[in-house]
Amino acid sequence: MKLNLRKWLRSLTGHAPVKTTQKKIQVVDWLSTHTFHHSQFADIKSLVIEKERQNLRISLCLPALNEEKTIGKEIILLKAELMKRYPLLDELAVIDSGSTDQTREIAASYGASVYLARDILPQYGERHGKGENLWKALYQLRGDIIIYIDADITNIRPHFAYGLVGPLIRMPEVQYVKAFYDRPLTVSKGVRVSGGGRVTEIQIRPLFSLFFPELTAIIQPLSGEYAARRRALERLPFPVGYGVETAHLLDIYHRWGMTAFAQTDLDQRVHRNQPTHALGKMAFGIYQTFFRRWKAYGFIEKLPPMGTVLRQFQNRDGRYEQIESLIREEERPPIITIPEYQRAFGRYP
Amino acid sequence: MTDLPQASSGKSIPERKPEISDAVPPAPDILKARIEKYKSAAENLRDMLLADLIRFGEIPAPTFAEEQRIRFLANRFEEIGLDHISIDELGNGMGVITGSEGRRNLLVLTNADTLVKDIKDQTIEVRADRLVGPFVGDNSIALAALTTLPLLLERLKLRFKSNIILLATTRSLERGNLEGVKHFLANSERPIEAGLCLESVQLGRLNYHCMGLLRGDIHCRLPGNYNWAQYGTTGSIIPMSEVVNRISQIALPHRPLTTIILGMIKGGIAYNNIARETVLSFEARSESLDILSQIKQQITDIITEVGARSGVKITLDVIAQREPGGLDISHPLVRRATTVMAALGLQPTLYSTTSQLSALRDVKIPGLTIALTTGERRNELDEIDESVAIAPLALGLAQVVGILQAIDEGGIS
Repeated sequence: MKLNLRKWLRSLTGHAPVKTTQKKIQVVDWLSTHTFHHSQFADIKSLVIEKERQNLRISLCLPALNEEKTIGKEIILLKAELMKRYPLLDELAVIDSGSTDQTREIAASYGASVYLARDILPQYGERHGKGENLWKALYQLRGDIIIYIDADITNIRPHFAYGLVGPLIRMPEVQYVKAFYDRPLTVSKGVRVSGGGRVTEIQIRPLFSLFFPELTAIIQPLSGEYAARRRALERLPFPVGYGVETAHLLDIYHRWGMTAFAQTDLDQRVHRNQPTHALGKMAFGIYQTFFRRWKAYGFIEKLPPMGTVLRQFQNRDGRYEQIESLIREEERPPIITIPEYQRAFGRYP
Repeated sequence: MTDLPQASSGKSIPERKPEISDAVPPAPDILKARIEKYKSAAENLRDMLLADLIRFGEIPAPTFAEEQRIRFLANRFEEIGLDHISIDELGNGMGVITGSEGRRNLLVLTNADTLVKDIKDQTIEVRADRLVGPFVGDNSIALAALTTLPLLLERLKLRFKSNIILLATTRSLERGNLEGVKHFLANSERPIEAGLCLESVQLGRLNYHCMGLLRGDIHCRLPGNYNWAQYGTTGSIIPMSEVVNRISQIALPHRPLTTIILGMIKGGIAYNNIARETVLSFEARSESLDILSQIKQQITDIITEVGARSGVKITLDVIAQREPGGLDISHPLVRRATTVMAALGLQPTLYSTTSQLSALRDVKIPGLTIALTTGERRNELDEIDESVAIAPLALGLAQVVGILQAIDEGGIS
């Protein structure tokens, strides 16, 4: 099924989209009412009571590709604390992109439900990218709230999950909770402080400042950890690659405005460093996602065809050579438009 | 310099008559079935144990800075609902599983501190069959066992007659010299009937006897009037190398077991600066107090002679000394532990230790040291980089429950 993003976004006008001039709330006010620290939700027992009172089911999804070094620890810590000690999570699943290492075996041995992304809704084909896993997780998992946590975090703690789900349990108007943190990057055996978020600071924040100033209040828009209500996620198109986080923010903002967001400080996240050329690919994918929405929102009438080849350069033996990377930021349609999903969940657009 | 206490070699403990009878244990097949049940329940708690192990292991806790670990332990004890949770003046963390009768108190203890202070990345990696990281084997597993043991007893619906005191001690290693556990034992309002010291590795060890120990630093310093202008001046390193040479020539007997470990040497600040101070850290261990006293005298003689000859100031700073001693192999506690271990299919490895057992021994409390799993150091040159096996942990926990039960029942009957 091919997504007509413009048509889809226009169809959302039943819920009037937020324009930059209307329903504007002060960023400072939003920061004070919708920004949290994970310690504010450390009373897990009370979260469980409230979750049960609201009859909510919560699923945790770990999208993975070759994460054998970190996946076992994430599963153990989250499962022991948030399923066995406190029944906050109802489901913990790994959606794997086809790891060639021991990721799936290790994950299964520690008790996670493990799925290959290509086995989920196979009739819709296979795309490559984290967004694909997140989208397919909506069909595979059963939660009313889905928590997504990257599988490459070496300092995972239970607060990564309860810190994100806390605002959703406590605040009915919130649809989507984003993580932010101080991010040391692992360098060799040591850790150096900060230096993360280069794409955020160089690309996303300037773009948001230009066109969606309120969204600049999201401190780390590209963080890979977030939790959201199914009823919001199922109505969002999902870029399969680098643009998925940006697309979520733009589309939720477009539809529900800032009050649908919250963000939680998770303190520190230790993960692998990305080389600059990899960040270039990420930025390229994000631009595709961004400009596609720019047009769909009606900001511009004519968007010239966008290229899908990123050209970078390297020097080999004194000669410069071009490296071409094909990056086509395809998008999956809102899953609520998929008949299989409609049948499985009894939910319709 | 402090003199070693006057005592002869490795004595057993006649002074205290604990309420541990020499009752006949149950038939091996009954014991085995019981222990298998414990093991199966422990397997079901694997994730809880591993999660706490990781949490403890990733909290830095060099000796004298264990607060954060102890706080985590105390929080866990709170969540579990233990009684009498407390952190004492020296930072030891304690919780009690109250017994049905509560007349006797059995102590289960381990140290909370780790050796090295400046680890930047204390991350633990979970693999399919093992955990890898700094200090996973020393002593994070044992700490996790303290927080998992109450859950295991609850799952088994096992309530002992005795109170079980769970204790994580501070200031155990290096200059700490078991200060935490000594403080606890000296100030505990509950008389301790017997103690079970937990170590992470190696499963199957059964220590009932302590080695005597002499731990110290030898400082070699340049005097204030040192002739810096003299060509060929060698500073503090050459005299220290002579000290090392001479210590290595001290004749050590095979029986009683005796060894001298030269653990660390530090000195100087740069290639082109004469080293003003060099420090050698050593530990002598022996089953004989007399031999330790002789070693101490020999080291004192060596540094006096080398110092006088080389014109540098050499001093011995004794930071720990412990007497050898412990239980007899025929002690009922040892026999009961070996019976439980045999029911688990473990062949006990009996040897003397220098662990917290010696603090129990000092106050005449019968005690044992056991371990929870198997492990190894990935690189012999880097002693902090350890890996431990996951599968044997259930066996290790079942062993703890079995031995505690044996002690509680005053003989498994």
